[in-house]
Amino acid sequence: MRDSQAAAIATNRFGLGARPGEIAASSEDPRGWLEVQLKGAPPVISDPALESTATMVATIDKVRAQNRLLRAGNPPAAERANAAGANQAVVDAVVKLGEIYRPAYVGEVTARLRLAAATNRPFLERITQFWSNHFAVSVDKAIVLGVAGSYEREAIRPNVLGSFSNLLLAVERHPAMLLYLDNFRSVGPDSMLAGRTLERAGKSLGINENLAREIMELHTLGVNGGYTQADVTAFAKVITGWSIGASGRGLNGGGDPGEFFFRTNIHEPGAQTILGRRYAQGGENQGASVLLDLARNPATAQHIATQLSRHFIADDPPPAVVGRLARVFTRTEGDLTQVYRALIAEEAAWSEPLTKFKTPNDYVISAWRALDLPIDDARKVPPIFTNLGQRVWSPNSPAGWPDRSADWDGASGLMQRLRWADQVGQRIGASVNAVQLAPQILGATLGDQTRVALGRAASAAQAVTLLLASPEFMRR
Amino acid sequence: MDTVPMKRRQFLRGAAIAAGGALLTTRLSFAGGGGDARLIVVIMRGAVDGLAAVPPYGDADYARLRGGLAIAAPGSPDGALPLNHLFGLHPQLAFLHESFAAGELTVFHAVATPYRDRSHFDGQDVLESGVPVPHGSQTGWLNRALAASPTAGPGRERGVALGSNVPLMMRGPAEVTSWSPTKLAELDDDTLQRIADLYAHDPMLGQRLGAAQTANAMAGDESQGMMAGGAGVNRYDEVIRATSGFLANDAGPRVAVFDTTGWDTHANEGGARGQLATRFGALDGALRTLKTQLGPTWRNTAVLAVTEFGRTAAVNGTGGSDHGTATAAFLLGGAVQGGRVISDWPGLSAARLYQQRDVAPTLDMRALLKGALVDHMGIAATAMDTVFPDSNNVKPLRDLFRA
Repeated sequence: MRDSQAAAIATNRFGLGARPGEIAASSEDPRGWLEVQLKGAPPVISDPALESTATMVATIDKVRAQNRLLRAGNPPAAERANAAGANQAVVDAVVKLGEIYRPAYVGEVTARLRLAAATNRPFLERITQFWSNHFAVSVDKAIVLGVAGSYEREAIRPNVLGSFSNLLLAVERHPAMLLYLDNFRSVGPDSMLAGRTLERAGKSLGINENLAREIMELHTLGVNGGYTQADVTAFAKVITGWSIGASGRGLNGGGDPGEFFFRTNIHEPGAQTILGRRYAQGGENQGASVLLDLARNPATAQHIATQLSRHFIADDPPPAVVGRLARVFTRTEGDLTQVYRALIAEEAAWSEPLTKFKTPNDYVISAWRALDLPIDDARKVPPIFTNLGQRVWSPNSPAGWPDRSADWDGASGLMQRLRWADQVGQRIGASVNAVQLAPQILGATLGDQTRVALGRAASAAQAVTLLLASPEFMRR
Repeated sequence: MDTVPMKRRQFLRGAAIAAGGALLTTRLSFAGGGGDARLIVVIMRGAVDGLAAVPPYGDADYARLRGGLAIAAPGSPDGALPLNHLFGLHPQLAFLHESFAAGELTVFHAVATPYRDRSHFDGQDVLESGVPVPHGSQTGWLNRALAASPTAGPGRERGVALGSNVPLMMRGPAEVTSWSPTKLAELDDDTLQRIADLYAHDPMLGQRLGAAQTANAMAGDESQGMMAGGAGVNRYDEVIRATSGFLANDAGPRVAVFDTTGWDTHANEGGARGQLATRFGALDGALRTLKTQLGPTWRNTAVLAVTEFGRTAAVNGTGGSDHGTATAAFLLGGAVQGGRVISDWPGLSAARLYQQRDVAPTLDMRALLKGALVDHMGIAATAMDTVFPDSNNVKPLRDLFRA
């Protein structure tokens, strides 16, 4: 028996919104349709124009060094103001880093949208984007503009079907994360380098606790996960030395440029105690040992289970669901595929009303899937997300984008969606029959109000606008 | 409490500003119950470094702890702008300094919400919800205050959030709207009407659409103007102009809230110049624009600039500062009885720091928020039990506003 209600839920709640034909294809066995998406290696974005993080960071390194040489003797203040004292030849020769970051960002955002719009494994793509946001980096920091996309491709995508600890290790060692949360220059106060520098310059070098805190608070245990300030400080010392290779000298050299590099000379020596457990000095492995224990901590299971069920089921998921998912997480030692299976086996996942307001990101992707929108000019893609209030990879904080309806359902946010929907309608509406399309996109959730409104639309273009504006299309 | 006496506002200057008849009326009715009072809350997300914004240059431990982040004493090159013998303002906060001298700025220091841990997200939750524990409420103190406001008429949005969405502080039972600048074309009336019909049976979407249309109508001219203006002189220009447009409109909302971000300075924070200095400069410029744009309405306006917590007293290993506890807050505007620093300064010696690392809190943020709501917005003191639950021991800070 076909289950079109469940198919609408599978494609909207767990997927990225239906493509035409998808609801029909999934209605035979909606759960099976989701399950099968978890089989096989995650898809790779293979666009030769996209660079690796290592290449990007190494390029930036090199350009900065060149710029420094060019600028020697040319006062930067004069250059900025283009004033007297600035050598015009130097000003012209200096490469602006933004000119390197921006095309990379445009390419990454567009490649991501193409994949999300076309994929026949939309559940897997939702999962990928969930983790990318759970382990958020933000282009608020300039260099992240150049590496946010490659970070997602390298650290997140390949690891979303394996164990949580592998994903965690890949993320925390990734240069984008070490840059974003400042760890690459965090120096153990008793490390070799700190000792030497102190003697030489009377200058203080020390830790930066940003990454250590956010790993505990956001990535693993959760804010009520039972850690203290002393744990944060000790953990920050443990991961001193987790840094990035570069081609220069001193702290700007060593290792492979742009790759993870453990700097022994800034690593804090000695054992540290975290959450009551003592970690003997093991260099780079000291940090890995702490991460593995954090991944196994019951608070982490609870935290991840809460986040996942809030994302996929409801703003306030039933505590029993969270509890069951947390137990699966613990029992399977964080086998993520098992956790996703448990999620779609939950009755609540299929019975909770579709009340979650889509994020702008999900809204745009679902429109792309519904209408198979063309991409003529990649540079016009990122501004769509920005205009709708969710510039890709730009959450205001390392907590990532918030995940409740109330965070997204503001009046002006809605109006921006409607304006964009109207633009889409006017652009491609003439070639679309929204009346026929609506049941293919919304399935059993398509209501009479919307059906009637589409039928009465003044033009094909307006009908498309109304479809995208409909309450059913706004939520999942 | 070490309240430094304000520099007396010159009577003549005050009289000159209030000379217009309409203005005089405004002032009278304002004094009568807060109906014309405007309040703007600037949320500074990411934990503003209070020791950079309001450097206690006179504290014997300040320069040593701060290292390269320290702001020099007033009079030195790039020195602090003097407030009194102990405190100055960051050199980029020139407009705030002028406002202080003009008696329109009160500075609070060593202030903190009741939150004592160091998570941005929980800290912001407490700052916005007005409840002493994180995630204790899905509504915010500012909205609950609006709901208790004696002057808000029904059927009108009482507050506006500048941005796509409504921050927790502004969510709750009182109807509010949000507005953000757009580069997208407006829908035609027919399509908009059909969408409204489609939402007739969806109360949430129906309300949002209605609120957005009202806000658009109100923002109308201002937003068009700034789109045409083009060159973004200041990152906050658009929201500031829109805020002024809303608040200067007699039929508009009385309360506005907007977010600023980028204050989480873990690395390369800078001192008198640098990353944080640039942010201070942008905010200061935005507030100057706000005053200009509000025109006569400035007289009835108070701006509260608040952040979730402060940062470590000492510089960290990467030329920045990590999450801390107490910080500074600002109360600015024509309605403010300013020219004062209100602080029971705890000092920065090792023994006086909170947990040996942060500025110790000596003033509860809720005291000044309550003072603003009661004395400026005319909200009953008895309503404070619902606006800030479990805060009986925190009395409103009085006399923050001109009589």
